[in-house]
Amino acid sequence: MNRRRFLISSASSALVVGCALGPTGGRIWRYYHRTGEFQPNAWIRILADDTIIFTLDRVEMGQGTTTSHAALVCEELEALPSKVQIHAAEASRAYDNPDRQLRIQVTGGSTSTRTSWTPLREAGAVAREMLRAGAAATWGVPVGECVAVAGTIRHARSGRVASYGELVRAAAAQDVPKVQLKDPSQFRLVGKSLDRLDARPKIDGTGIYGIDVQLPGLVTAVIVRPPVRGAELARLDDSRARACRGVIDVVRTEDGVAVVADGYWEARTAADQLVVEWRGGAAVDSEALFQAFDRLAGERGHKRARADGDAYRAVRGGLEASYRVPYLAHATMEPQNATAWIRGGRCEIWAPTQTPGIARFRVAEAIGFDLADVAIHTTLLGGGFGRRGLVDYAVEAARLAQRVGRPVKVIWSREDDQENDWYRPMAVARVYGQIGDGTITGWLHRIVSQSIAAEEGGDFAGALVPNATPRALRRMVANGPPRMFARGTLVDTTSVEGAVDLPYAIPHLRVEYTPVETGVPVGFWRSVGHSINAFVTECFFDELASAAGKDPYELRRALLGKHPRHAGVLELAATKAGWGSPLPRGVGRGIAVHESFHSYCAMVIEASVEAARVNVHRVVVAIDCGRAVNPGLVAAQLESAVIFGLSSVLEQQITYKRGRVQETNFHSYRSLRMFECPTIETHLVPSEEPPSGVGEPGVPPVAPALCNAIFAATGLRIRTLPIVPELRRLARGAAS
Amino acid sequence: MTQLIVNGTSVTVDADEDTPLLWVLRDKLGLTGTKFGCGIAQCGACTVHIDGQAKRSCVMPVGELAGRHVTTIEALASPRQLHVVQQAWLAENVPQCGYCQAGQIMSTVALLAANPAPSDEDIDSALSANLCRCGTYPRIRRAVHRAARALVVRNDARDDARDVER
Repeated sequence: MNRRRFLISSASSALVVGCALGPTGGRIWRYYHRTGEFQPNAWIRILADDTIIFTLDRVEMGQGTTTSHAALVCEELEALPSKVQIHAAEASRAYDNPDRQLRIQVTGGSTSTRTSWTPLREAGAVAREMLRAGAAATWGVPVGECVAVAGTIRHARSGRVASYGELVRAAAAQDVPKVQLKDPSQFRLVGKSLDRLDARPKIDGTGIYGIDVQLPGLVTAVIVRPPVRGAELARLDDSRARACRGVIDVVRTEDGVAVVADGYWEARTAADQLVVEWRGGAAVDSEALFQAFDRLAGERGHKRARADGDAYRAVRGGLEASYRVPYLAHATMEPQNATAWIRGGRCEIWAPTQTPGIARFRVAEAIGFDLADVAIHTTLLGGGFGRRGLVDYAVEAARLAQRVGRPVKVIWSREDDQENDWYRPMAVARVYGQIGDGTITGWLHRIVSQSIAAEEGGDFAGALVPNATPRALRRMVANGPPRMFARGTLVDTTSVEGAVDLPYAIPHLRVEYTPVETGVPVGFWRSVGHSINAFVTECFFDELASAAGKDPYELRRALLGKHPRHAGVLELAATKAGWGSPLPRGVGRGIAVHESFHSYCAMVIEASVEAARVNVHRVVVAIDCGRAVNPGLVAAQLESAVIFGLSSVLEQQITYKRGRVQETNFHSYRSLRMFECPTIETHLVPSEEPPSGVGEPGVPPVAPALCNAIFAATGLRIRTLPIVPELRRLARGAAS
Repeated sequence: MTQLIVNGTSVTVDADEDTPLLWVLRDKLGLTGTKFGCGIAQCGACTVHIDGQAKRSCVMPVGELAGRHVTTIEALASPRQLHVVQQAWLAENVPQCGYCQAGQIMSTVALLAANPAPSDEDIDSALSANLCRCGTYPRIRRAVHRAARALVVRNDARDDARDVER
């Protein structure tokens, strides 16, 4: 445990304690004894009336942190999760993600369970030990005889029982102890499929998402943004808009033209009355970008990300293929939004955000406030998928609140959301492979893609430095790394992840990378680079297996000798799917395995194709995510990942023509609907390894398993996503 | 000014007649359980009941609703217990982010009122207008079947009670 994250509490003074030091040395926490609370650390508060409050520092966006994390705390605290109040954490350095690559308050990268596994159990254990010690001191009995059971401390010999609430004062007087965590054989909650603790407010209409926030005097803003990125406002006539019912103001901002009104509909209809002309901007065209990426992929001179043996020589005269994937939007069900209220020199933000830490930094920066004067309240999130790691919505709300002088809620339309996302990067991969003696002897994988770190790195770097850092220095830190990633001085690991760590025993293996700047904003999208690279590696593996005359499952097994966890999930998925058993005519079976976010996931998909329509019949998923804290939640995340993945590979793409996004709403950016949803079977590898990622690892295998199934069914190789338009193109090619 | 009945209470709404019901509910009446997703009746997050029928409130002009009954997610449960469909949702741990679930539940309640024992195909055709980006479809299917079974049990019990009374 990082003991600096805990504070020492003592009942001997009125103003107690604590400032613990955060990982970066800032003062993070204060505990006022006069509140009458026992607050042994940043996560747990126990009140005299027996209320137990757990502060959840990894946001709930559907992945289940509310339930899994409450279980971790309660496991050691010896409390009942259903009796615990769960509050979303405010922005505070106490809640920085312990992951060594993040170190800011962010929920993402499938880190939540992995990085909270030890700290939250220790937080619970510390509280429990202090309660036990407090009871022992009160009763004058040895602490070893005091047992914690379901929110009480019991002393069997004397028959004494005290609730945690009754022991608040006594517990607060104890020293923070070193704790011993339970042996897994003693787990009551970990490993059980507890029902979701966040379900009730999500089925009765009471849950408050960002878009639902209400404040006194609140006004709503919509923003008319440039239709082409980088375009400037040439002319604005807002006279008709200003005359519309309910309109309060029309404001030119850094983001476009904002219409502020009583409500959303008033603002939206008034925005339609604006006369706006734009000038310039980047006339991005997706097809032109693909051609440029393609040319680059055929050239030499890329950055080397991995080099085993002499891949260039080994692949000479072998197979060659080119894969491409498009930009993708996140399309969270809840459009982007945020609410800001500035009063008395302080700015409060309510937002559905994955990164309260970045939101605080960016908002402070945008309105010229100190970090200490910006508070971030996280609401429920109507989906995240990486989109809400960006905080543009919060910055917009803060700027408008500053201009309008009232609390402002900014609501994006679905069209705003689709056209102004931070997209999953498009990419082209050129792969070369060689086979010999029924195995793969050479592999060269060249990636041309856009750096996410170049786009978003500044947000992270700026939020990472200590809170006391002067603003100018913070800005320098935020602006430096992105340029290095854009130039390729630093290799952006998100561009090559899943490719550089190819697990197969191939003697000559090389991975190369070139970043390209396109002017299109890119960002983290559920499984990030893995969503691109697993498609390429696992499809091309099948191409080589087929050329070598080998069964794709058997060849994978043969080359995974040194990777038992890969092999374990592969075998489990294949066995459960009945790999090799007969299928109905026209149905093909495809397989893929991929490691991401420290977890291993394999998938077998059964699919058929009729007239460019893909029918996905059955998906069998196996995951090894270490110890499953809540197997039910793991299964739910796998179902979610399969459906999210299928949506993205079947029809979704963001295409630019003359700088404009073509897919503007759900009708043209199609997600899977219920009638298209296959049977999904999930299987967990029993494991005593520490927990690892669950939210994302189910996504990467979907594309290759499905494309490999389509090959098995039809003989067609899908090397360009999304699949459905590509099948149509292939059909046209075959017809002409 | 339009007068309509929302969750059993008559309300007079001061809004342009072409204002979608969704924004009347959310901005004028403070009923935020009904969600905004797309604004073009493509996602179903805004589904409510109008005279018992599942409708997309984001494209329903309030001016057309004079005197009609609107029911939202907030009024589904009785003060004493959740609606059978909501109970089934909890039992199957359906929600993930939860944003679409009010719409899914409203569509399901309307489906079961019209078809108390829906097949998978019936469920697909009734609920495919409701999008879920978290991918809760398999659990929704199970929850709909569970709710249907519970309704059968409840109706049987009610019939038995009537028989006893007779």
